[in-house]
Amino acid sequence: MTFEGRVWKYGDSVNTDVIIPGKYIFTTPDPLELAKHAMEDLDPSFAGSVKKGDIIVAGVNFGCGSSREAAVTCIKAAGVSAIVAKSFSRIYFRNAINQGLPVIQCEEAVDKISSGEEITIDFEKGKLYCRAGEFNFPALPEAILGIFKDGGLVSHIKKTLR
Amino acid sequence: MGETFAQKIIALKAGKVSVKPTEIVDVSPDVVMSHDNTGDIASIFESIGVKRVLQPSKIVIPLDHCAPAATESYALNHKQIREFVSKQQIQHFYDINTGICHQVLPEKGHVLPGTLILGSDSHTTTYGAFGAFATGVGRSEIAAIWATGKLWLMVPRTFKINVNGKFSEGVYAKDLILHIIGDLGADGALYRAVEFCGQAIRDMSIEGRMTLCNMSVEMGAKIGYVEVDEKTIQWLAPRTNEKYDVIKSDPDADFERIIDYDVADLEPKIACPHAVDNVRLVREVAGLNIDQAFIGTCTNGKLEDLSIAASILKGKRIARKVRLLILPASREIYINAVRLGIIEELANAGAVILNPGCGPCIGVHQGALAPGEICLSTANRNFKGRMGCNEAEIYLASPATVAASALEGKIADPRRYLQ
Repeated sequence: MTFEGRVWKYGDSVNTDVIIPGKYIFTTPDPLELAKHAMEDLDPSFAGSVKKGDIIVAGVNFGCGSSREAAVTCIKAAGVSAIVAKSFSRIYFRNAINQGLPVIQCEEAVDKISSGEEITIDFEKGKLYCRAGEFNFPALPEAILGIFKDGGLVSHIKKTLR
Repeated sequence: MGETFAQKIIALKAGKVSVKPTEIVDVSPDVVMSHDNTGDIASIFESIGVKRVLQPSKIVIPLDHCAPAATESYALNHKQIREFVSKQQIQHFYDINTGICHQVLPEKGHVLPGTLILGSDSHTTTYGAFGAFATGVGRSEIAAIWATGKLWLMVPRTFKINVNGKFSEGVYAKDLILHIIGDLGADGALYRAVEFCGQAIRDMSIEGRMTLCNMSVEMGAKIGYVEVDEKTIQWLAPRTNEKYDVIKSDPDADFERIIDYDVADLEPKIACPHAVDNVRLVREVAGLNIDQAFIGTCTNGKLEDLSIAASILKGKRIARKVRLLILPASREIYINAVRLGIIEELANAGAVILNPGCGPCIGVHQGALAPGEICLSTANRNFKGRMGCNEAEIYLASPATVAASALEGKIADPRRYLQ
């Protein structure tokens, strides 16, 4: 699995309220509708100009705050192919795996990547290629890689219950 | 080497003899909580293709996030949840007249020591105050548990936070947890189990312990935890007939960090916009004008909190330009606050009394802010846009600080009202 995309760069502790405000999340589960509000309170330019394949790169504790799965589905539906961060908040990490959105913890690379540059991620090999060079990141633990490979938790459960 | 509480309980719920930190195992939770997001979870569950939930008796569903419904679409969501609950014969359903999930579950006897509780809400960590292992997960994961009875968890490493000393007048559990979060940072306990112990915790009320565990997630923790003692047992006694096992860390367990605090010198604290770890002393920001003061939420809407607020506001009037919102966390608290005259004192002081629920805290309904406004709140989050307006500012503090500030119309140190 390889992803190539343009970078949207953000700072530390990007929280779920700025990714998708609470006022939207109880009335529609439709990811495409939610995608119109993705990152609304952090970067109002994001939802209108994000392109399919784009990659979010951020600092520590990405996705801290609420357990809202919409904070993953809205970003995925907006077209983002992967998120690279120094670290992820634990529920956000779970939600991303469960929705099949690649989350890559690569602390060394983050500060060397600039907004707007094109980067490439080889998910299987654990390699990230950017203007500053090549970086390694750890593979997902075997126990949860299966969920990701099946395309997310619902497909995974369907498969195991079959 | 002994084992931590987290290791012991995860091993127990995974059917293993022992587990090690960072190991990933499948566990069977004892209680599964979801709230207004149950509608979406029900759709996900149905998409799995399973007809019946596996263990309906383990499921607890309070409606609280938009209670009562603010608009037709919220009403439709509630309607779909009621239909699902009835179809699946889920007994532990609490409609909009009961309260906030994190208050309702303990009150109704669903939180027992030594149990594993998973909820589709990040503040599920609250239940650690009763010696349970409780944490938040996503909506799909709740659907998965309904279908299979299981979910994967990683065994966390553990931080032990030793708190000693006696709180000064006007300083509370809320000030302590804000202080700790400010100290460790928003990711300071990322993926860790956090155990609160020491004399100051043993002296603390159950309500105060709930506040600590509730906000543990604001420093990234997987769980907050307080050891069961006589206070816990007394609190639970009228609420459950179930037997429970008390699980504690061994004294020689492998704690990743042991951090010591003394509350003797602790002063009232405040989290400034737009991050919970942006913590300062109340006296450093005192004098800043506020538009709204809000006392409530799953963090500080308990009887003890309302009582402290009333003791400051009794016989006085709030500042003319300030709106004070009071939100008891549950119907039980509401009724007790009425019975004790607290509600009358607060209303006489000029407060608006809201129904128990989450609305204002998450900007879903009631108490929304306008651009440029400042709210001082007892909630757990002050993220930009949290209360519905991304051009407003939210400060977080204790009920005493919020009450004193409502009187003055600006951020105020509560200590001079409590001498």
